[in-house]
Amino acid sequence: MTKTLNLTLKVWRQKGQNSKGSFETYNAKGISSDMSFLEMIDVINEQLTIDGIEPIAFDHDCREGICGMCGTVVNGRPHGPEKGTTLCQLHMRHFSDGDTIVVEPWRSRAFKVIKDLVVDRSALDKIIQAGGYISVNTGGAPDANAILVSQETAEKAMDAAACIGCGACVAACPNASAMLFTSAKISQLALLPQGKPEAAKRAMEMVRTMDGLGFGNCTNERECEAECPKEISIVNIARMNREFFKAAFLS
Amino acid sequence: MRLDAKIPAGPLAEKWDRHRFELKLVNPANKRKFEIIVVGTGLAGGSASASLAELGYNVKTFCIQDSPRRAHSIAAQGGINASKNYQNDGDSDWRLFYDTVKGGDFRAREANVYRLAQLSGNIIDQCVAQGVPFAREYGGQLANRSFGGAQVSRTFYARGQTGQQLLLGAYSALSRQVAAGKVTMYPRREMLDVVVADGQARGIIVRNLVTGEIEKYAADAVILASGGYANVFFLSTNAMASNVTAAYRAYKKGACFANPCFTQIHPTCIPVHGTYQSKLTLMSESLRNDGRVWVPKKPGDKRSPSQIPESERDYYLENKYPSFGNLVPRDVASRNAKEQCDIGKGVGETGLAVYLDFADAIKRDGKEVIAKKYGNLFQMYEKITADNPYETPMMIYPAVHYTMGGLWVDYNLMSTIDGLFVLGEANFSDHGANRLGASALMQGLADGYFIIPYTIGGYLAGNAKKKVTTEHPAFNESLAQIDSQVKRLLSIKGKRTVDDFHRQLGNIMWEYCGMSRNDAGLEKARELIRSLRGEFWENVIVPGSGSDFNQSLERAGRVADFLEFGELMVIDALSRRESCGGHFNEGYQTEDNEAMRDDENFCHVSAWEYTGYEKEPLLNREPLVFENVKLTQRSYK
Ligand SMILES: Cc1cc2nc3c(=O)[nH]c(=O)nc-3n(C[C@H](O)[C@H](O)[C@H](O)COP(=O)(O)OP(=O)(O)OC[C@H]3O[C@@H](n4cnc5c(N)ncnc54)[C@H](O)[C@@H]3O)c2cc1C
Ligand code: FES
Repeated sequence: MTKTLNLTLKVWRQKGQNSKGSFETYNAKGISSDMSFLEMIDVINEQLTIDGIEPIAFDHDCREGICGMCGTVVNGRPHGPEKGTTLCQLHMRHFSDGDTIVVEPWRSRAFKVIKDLVVDRSALDKIIQAGGYISVNTGGAPDANAILVSQETAEKAMDAAACIGCGACVAACPNASAMLFTSAKISQLALLPQGKPEAAKRAMEMVRTMDGLGFGNCTNERECEAECPKEISIVNIARMNREFFKAAFLS
Repeated sequence: MRLDAKIPAGPLAEKWDRHRFELKLVNPANKRKFEIIVVGTGLAGGSASASLAELGYNVKTFCIQDSPRRAHSIAAQGGINASKNYQNDGDSDWRLFYDTVKGGDFRAREANVYRLAQLSGNIIDQCVAQGVPFAREYGGQLANRSFGGAQVSRTFYARGQTGQQLLLGAYSALSRQVAAGKVTMYPRREMLDVVVADGQARGIIVRNLVTGEIEKYAADAVILASGGYANVFFLSTNAMASNVTAAYRAYKKGACFANPCFTQIHPTCIPVHGTYQSKLTLMSESLRNDGRVWVPKKPGDKRSPSQIPESERDYYLENKYPSFGNLVPRDVASRNAKEQCDIGKGVGETGLAVYLDFADAIKRDGKEVIAKKYGNLFQMYEKITADNPYETPMMIYPAVHYTMGGLWVDYNLMSTIDGLFVLGEANFSDHGANRLGASALMQGLADGYFIIPYTIGGYLAGNAKKKVTTEHPAFNESLAQIDSQVKRLLSIKGKRTVDDFHRQLGNIMWEYCGMSRNDAGLEKARELIRSLRGEFWENVIVPGSGSDFNQSLERAGRVADFLEFGELMVIDALSRRESCGGHFNEGYQTEDNEAMRDDENFCHVSAWEYTGYEKEPLLNREPLVFENVKLTQRSYK
């Protein structure tokens, strides 16, 4: 059943990286419970625009929960209250009429605010650049069926590969650690026979880069796993640690 | 202008090999002296950037999103075709070629399509080597499924996230080259112009989306891989930032735009639910492998699906097309859904939906098997609609999904501007009037991994070029023009938002230039678009400034281009006096309401040439010559 909601929003507004931000309050009236959270912000933004006020800046693109572009902290939780859901896939039916909703950007030393709810997540790309790949050039790959991969292994690799790189794990972690993100890529590639030759080097370099970028340590709070919109498991962190220690031991 | 497709001579199956041999090579030591610009990091741009950098070229790569990993390709769900014939079910390069040409309703180039089929297997090999976790059989081999309109199982997939996994593969290869210093990545940049200096594409003008600065970049060649233009319809399955701007601005600089009216409507999307709706969500058509499409037999039957007995259901696709059933091509499935709704048999609150029912499949295979195949799609559906497809049939309706038209390119993927190459969905080359499922990913990666690395070499080696820097007057002219457009948009300070205009344009396009078209409607659309465009430049409101992060301004520029481009689509649709594939003009149909082609007069590519703002564009025709297939009336009965 479609319902109509009236809500109060407290939204973080910040002009630019070096400006001071603050919360602004907006009334969202006549919101349909079938809207997505981002469509609700669209509605507010249309009104702000007509009133001559700059709309709320927020990142988004696919609006299908796959590109990893969207994401803000809603009532203290990255991507809001629904488990396994990105903000763009969160629907207003999960809120009640009269609710006050607090919306703020990811907060982490490694992610600077660009404007309002938009942050700079380029540190995540840097972690991948440090080794989140298999070193093959285009051309000359053997037939795809030349190396068999058991279904179980392929499924596990796929579980890890489902990470969308949104950064919610970092935002959720009290230490702003990027362990879940980093370990997902390390695991995916270490599980597959094609990725094994470089597994140790990869783990070493990615972890070092992650540390160097200002992300915190993992102290087993498990908040990352709880808030991950793709439900990436912390089993990956254990796998990464194994690879890392193997590498450290060998070097 | 004379269009020379540069199709190599010789038998179809030998053309590409022969061409590769005939192309000049750039000496390995010289490659590092060349700079190449790539716009876009989807499958096409990502794979091209990585492969060119591996060869030694210096690559500068640009994208709108904050990271190259987020390009719209990430959203592709269903899979990627390849003629591996791993299933031993009769597939071959020839069959994939034939299916693609036939699926495209005989409006694609034979030579390009054959090359695509030939390269398809290499793509899978490459992706597996990169660590793409494709689905596997128990024995460890790669799994396949059959997909939209194909009678063989040639589609490779990674759950319902094939695009994501292929893109992350290309992104990982790209990241490796960034680390190696061979690719410089420029995210959060929007290309706003191609710079043509002394007759050749020599650079681009971009807006830095964070600082607002307008920047200039020079190179020896420019590659556009900026994706499709489905968002001209406002509501589509494309990502929000997908746009026509890069391609359209190239068109204004002299690149011909081919077949803009060839757009694809996908039959299985979640129906529209309200006026605030910002985009549409595709449900992968792999669902049609196991789901059965039906509507109530009686128009206006408002009972819930569970209360409609078997005998009162109309499985209209299975009845009308006994041999293809639910797997007919997209345009056929879409038009049939519309037809059912038009006669009042549509379901759901709006009556603009049909059922896609999994009850029989679940009975046959068990819930677990179905969950394994489609679990994440079912979950996505439930998130959006709050309905559980394991228990009640899904509701689906067609939505705009893909654009076959694009910048005209020759066999080397070069546009009519010397040195401007176009890859992926942004070009027009391989899908004719209608694309088969799971073929776009294949084409994007074939273009990027396996074609451009050769053909760009041929271009660079073939003509010695003077270095052009961003000090060349062409750069400053272009920059001044972009700067003044930005200022103009900010200064109008009207009363209607950018989205408001965009939505209205979308309605016009959907109504008159969508699933089925007619002359009167198209004429009307032209008028409506023109007047909307006029109003836009007087009454749009773009808040904020040009010198920082301003999403309204970004969208305003894109919508301004859509408002011109929409008219070009309509002009193209009007000029094609036939129906074919995704272009269905009601004036040209068979007795069974199928598209009726006119091979005598319209077996050609329409490549439009810009002649000035609000001036009639010029039509250039590239005749399509079929030497290897016989043109037939498509029939899926
Ligand atoms: C929901 C959905 C599902 C699909 N499923 C399938 C499927 O199962 N199988 C299949 O084969 N195909 C599928 N397709 C089609 C396929 O995904 C696309 O055609 C394909 O991914 C396009 O790739 P591309 O590299 O050409 O462009 P895109 O992936 O669209 O990338 C465009 C790139 O260009 C950049 N860009 C655009 N404009 C500019 C500019 N002005 N300046 C700078 N950068 C710019 C963007 O930032 C982006 O990086 C699907 C499409 C959709 C919408
Ligand atoms: S917008 Fe792509 S994941 Fe939310």
